[in-house]
Amino acid sequence: MSAANETVSAGQARVARYFIYAALIVLALVYLLPLYVMLITSLKSLDEIRGGDMLALPGSPSIAAWVKAWGEACIGVSCVGIKGYFWNSIKMVVPAVLISTLLGALNGYVLTKWRFPGHKLVFGMMLFACFIPFQAVLIPMARLLGLLGLSNSTTGLVMVHVIYGLGFTTLFFRNYYEAFPDELVKAAMIDGAGFFRIFWRILLPSSGPIIVVTIIYQFTNIWNDFLFGISFAGGEGSPMTVALNNLVSSSTGVKEYNVDMAAAVFAALPTLFVYIVAGRYFVRGLMAGAVKG
Amino acid sequence: MSFLEIKNIRKKIGNVEILKGINIDLEKGGFLVLVGPSGCGKSTLLNAIAGLLPPSSGDIVIDGQVINDLHPSQRDIAMVFQSYALYPNMTVEQNIAFALEMRGVEKAQREAAVKQVAKTLQIEHLLKRRPSQLSGGQRQRVAMGRALVRQPRVFLFDEPLSNLDAKLRVEVRAEIKALHQNTNATIVYVTHDQIEAMTLATKIVVLKEGMVQQVGTPAEIYNHPANLFVADFMGSPAMNMLKGKVVSAGGAQSISLFGNEGVQVTMPPSVTTILPEGKDVILGLRPETITDAGLVDPDARATAQIAADVIMVEPTGSDTFVTGKLDGASFTARTRSDVQVRLGEKFPFSFNLDKAVVFDPESGSRIG
Ligand SMILES: Nc1ncnc2c1ncn2[C@@H]1O[C@H](COP(=O)(O)OP(=O)(O)OP(=O)(O)O)[C@@H](O)[C@H]1O
Ligand SMILES: [Mg+2]
Repeated sequence: MSAANETVSAGQARVARYFIYAALIVLALVYLLPLYVMLITSLKSLDEIRGGDMLALPGSPSIAAWVKAWGEACIGVSCVGIKGYFWNSIKMVVPAVLISTLLGALNGYVLTKWRFPGHKLVFGMMLFACFIPFQAVLIPMARLLGLLGLSNSTTGLVMVHVIYGLGFTTLFFRNYYEAFPDELVKAAMIDGAGFFRIFWRILLPSSGPIIVVTIIYQFTNIWNDFLFGISFAGGEGSPMTVALNNLVSSSTGVKEYNVDMAAAVFAALPTLFVYIVAGRYFVRGLMAGAVKG
Repeated sequence: MSFLEIKNIRKKIGNVEILKGINIDLEKGGFLVLVGPSGCGKSTLLNAIAGLLPPSSGDIVIDGQVINDLHPSQRDIAMVFQSYALYPNMTVEQNIAFALEMRGVEKAQREAAVKQVAKTLQIEHLLKRRPSQLSGGQRQRVAMGRALVRQPRVFLFDEPLSNLDAKLRVEVRAEIKALHQNTNATIVYVTHDQIEAMTLATKIVVLKEGMVQQVGTPAEIYNHPANLFVADFMGSPAMNMLKGKVVSAGGAQSISLFGNEGVQVTMPPSVTTILPEGKDVILGLRPETITDAGLVDPDARATAQIAADVIMVEPTGSDTFVTGKLDGASFTARTRSDVQVRLGEKFPFSFNLDKAVVFDPESGSRIG
């Protein structure tokens, strides 16, 4: 009787699992479809795009569109491709991610291990910053950048992203360090390490997983940002996202879908790269803790 | 001359006074154990000595120097934490050497020091491992190594054995004792395990609710507890506390027990004053002073035989704990393991009153 029951429920569990996998595969396909269309369209010639099936594989794949998007496509009036803007974005995203992550870590460290009267209020206000919509800060931020002489510069953009990201990075690190044993800090104090030494030598080396999470999060947000980019950096200094928009909307003559798609792939590559590279370290960091025995 | 002096330390957190004026002193090479129930302020006091939690008032003096305002790193103390607090990102070697590195000791010198400590603690083969790759006992040893390598003036231990299993705890306890005997280090050791306190200490301080209950050698604390709290806290199984009344007959005084005029024992020799007739007292008897007739100390001066019902028998192998009950009050006796004791039957217990103590039930303190 009970054995029969178990078989039934085991069978049910298996069916349920097949169902879940089927659903996951379908959803993954739905999400991957646009990427697929992007990739194959970028490899087709314009004629093929106009005449053919959107989902069909290219007859004679060519990377001509990629070359054009990178070095020759017209963005606005200048026809030098997106490469300059790509580097603009890199120059913006790397310092912004590193600075905001480091400051977030430092904030988290102070808010958990060097508590001061009112630390809860300070943290609450930083959390609040996470919920302020981008649009609300545009005008005050523009004014501030103007006062600092940083309008239309990559430095200004870096500053904006650092400030805006600080709430999130602080939140991540504070929660991570909250669980970090106070006794380690006390032991290091007795051993003679000061404020920064404890941070560099004890806390930071143990923060691998949260650093990776923060970097992925910040990189994706800053790289993909359009609003701050178009508001605070114009023309030559624009980031990739703004250039992509200009490319797509400024082609006056024939609409070159293959070039647009190739440029879009370029725009998506760095985030993809960060996910693949850092994501692996992320999993590795988690595993290292799990198998200590 | 005392080496470590704790003078009238008070600590308030918010509105709660956690330490209420603690005075302790310890000679050089002494092993001071702080015991007390959970929450009595042991860790708070230790943290105050370490400088991690400054006291609200009072002085801490090491070797004649007031260290109240010194940073923890400048007090020349080392601390072993309950959780060991090993740096997870460093190898055992780096963990032990960290304090030396922070103090700017040369690399070669550091390595030599680490090697020597590792040898003392027999952890040489573990030096390249990380804390996560060590067993509980090995971690404990590394934590001790980290303290030893600096040769500080005072060692502070906060319940260093409480995360170990029972067998390992006994082993490491013996190691700590040997270490103390060999190095002659000055140690302050926190525990709530009274056996650890008895076996390790040269001096025990019993704390309760932030107040010192008694300071003394293990023997003093065990044999002459200052009050009911200390008597009950130290010793396992706990001391028997029997309610009694003073009876004066002629010149001699005695105590009637179990609310029964017929059961009388002579007043223990430790009581030197004459108590008023009819006064309520509590007679404290360690389980080993209530035995079977064969185990009575032949030199005992004051003894009594009282028959009582046996309500529980707990053999431990070496001897047997027997719980007797008379007129609603029960007590624990320690008999030889081969004595015939049957549950539910009467058994003639022998009371040795030489080591009995008498308490005043109202104040709780010892009369004699
Ligand atoms: N930050 C704090 N704020 C308020 N009260 C505290 C704080 N830290 C400790 N206490 C209180 O101080 C008292 C003493 O704490 P302490 O940690 O010294 O106890 P303990 O004797 O070490 O106990 P245990 O054996 O459980 O470790 C406790 O009643 C505790 O609740
Ligand atoms: Mg404690």
